[in-house]
Amino acid sequence: MKRFLLGSSGVLALAASMPLVFQNEYFFFAGYVVLQLIVLATAWNILGGYAGYVNFGSGAFFAVGAYTAVALYKAFALPLGLQILAGAAAAGLLGFGVGMLTLRLRGIFFSIATIAVAIVLETVVLNWHYVGGAKGLPTLRPTETPFFASHTVYLFFVMAVIAVIAVGAARYVETSWIGRGLRAIRDNEGAAECSGVPTLKLKLGAATLSGALMGAAGAPYAQYLSFIEPTSAFSLNHAVNALAMPIIGGMGHWIGPVIGAVLLGTVQQVVTVTISSEINVLVVGVLLVVFVVAAPEGILGLFRRFFPRKK
Amino acid sequence: MNLILEIRNLSKQFGGFAALSGVSIGVARGERFGLIGPNGSGKTTLINCVSGVLANDSGSIRFDGREISKLPAYQRTRRGIARSFQIPRPFASMSVLENLLVPLEYVSNGKIEEAHDILRQIGLADKAATQSNQLSQVELRKLELARAMAARPQLLISDEAMAGLSGNEVSEVLEILFKLNAAGITIIMIEHIMQAVMKFSQRIVCLDAGRIICEGTPDSIVQDPGVQRAYLGA
Repeated sequence: MKRFLLGSSGVLALAASMPLVFQNEYFFFAGYVVLQLIVLATAWNILGGYAGYVNFGSGAFFAVGAYTAVALYKAFALPLGLQILAGAAAAGLLGFGVGMLTLRLRGIFFSIATIAVAIVLETVVLNWHYVGGAKGLPTLRPTETPFFASHTVYLFFVMAVIAVIAVGAARYVETSWIGRGLRAIRDNEGAAECSGVPTLKLKLGAATLSGALMGAAGAPYAQYLSFIEPTSAFSLNHAVNALAMPIIGGMGHWIGPVIGAVLLGTVQQVVTVTISSEINVLVVGVLLVVFVVAAPEGILGLFRRFFPRKK
Repeated sequence: MNLILEIRNLSKQFGGFAALSGVSIGVARGERFGLIGPNGSGKTTLINCVSGVLANDSGSIRFDGREISKLPAYQRTRRGIARSFQIPRPFASMSVLENLLVPLEYVSNGKIEEAHDILRQIGLADKAATQSNQLSQVELRKLELARAMAARPQLLISDEAMAGLSGNEVSEVLEILFKLNAAGITIIMIEHIMQAVMKFSQRIVCLDAGRIICEGTPDSIVQDPGVQRAYLGA
């Protein structure tokens, strides 16, 4: 625990000192996306990796966070911190609802239901004119950000804080009594229940936490782009990334999604700049297939195979 | 008689099929109780209702004097009902030891030494670190029993723990069950292997088509014409 706290404060200090190293604003613009992917991948892994409930609707949770923030900003001009909390709360509530689905739906049926949830919500937002409906809504960035060189740098730091919280939460879930229960659910839900694991409570908790973290990742989205519209907020890319990165990094351990997100996120950014923004989707797809076939345990699994830990 | 489990008028329908109709059974504390019946007679449905995997349609189930038929399965386990599954359901991503840690953590708050103790008793001590998907059939059956024991049950339901095992393996598992019973655990055994269930049980109930057709000592059960008809179709 001490080591983790030390590590996370180190990461935050590093994030805060980045402006001293990089003068180019683009670094923070791209870095923000990678951090956002870390949050999404980590959040997805709590329900998908630990408990085995594959969520294809991550885009919906992300967008619920984003639109909650936008609506509250437009209505009450809430500061970003409160927007993030509200976005997390709203997406957490959605997570609770999706968790209730697990009562009746398992495996692929649960996954399909999460897609349906995403489509329904996207249709709702497309027709919600207060937040811009289908044509979107430009959002104004605050003109000045104290302590930070620019608003992008500020948002970069905010997302770094969310990422550290997300990874910390995932690590807590994994290493505490909750983690073993979730793994038991993934392996065999009936046997878990008969071994005294309160499966419904754990699934609801995991789905709520997972949703809330995705919502937190989405909340600053409108400020980051100075604009929000449903197609990109609900984009299937969020969902694909959120599940591809833990699978590629390794699902069993909290560091897996982080590795996957940092590697893939960086590759995606490089490919976007050097080749095309469309190819980066292909990169994820191809890597996902390669890993599922050749290394189902992800990069962590490969690492363990080549450097087995002594027991 | 001090009843630990009291089932009254239990019924369960699957669509139009009555899996159990009006079954009443009492099991005494410390008893070795056998449940037999041909395939599809409702044995597994009955214990699924008792352990909470299925909800019964009507009737009551009292355990240790309290009504439990509305409780979720995990709470029944916490009250002292543990079961093994007919088809072993190990937590495949975990080692044998970790499989036992799940009920230890969630039910009995036990220490890891207790898990090692159970593995020793049941003869799986050398497999503690083995991934549970690497086990042989007999080891999987033992793991089912070991995991049930880790919940420190008062009542252990063994659902065909011996199906498909060789003669030696059957006696091995029987011996484990006798030992557990001697330690004060009430045991309900569901079994198709007649020598085993006849040797083990003090009292046997035979189910057929969701009803009790006979109840008595092992000797009287084999003499019963109804049981003979159910099994031999004569």
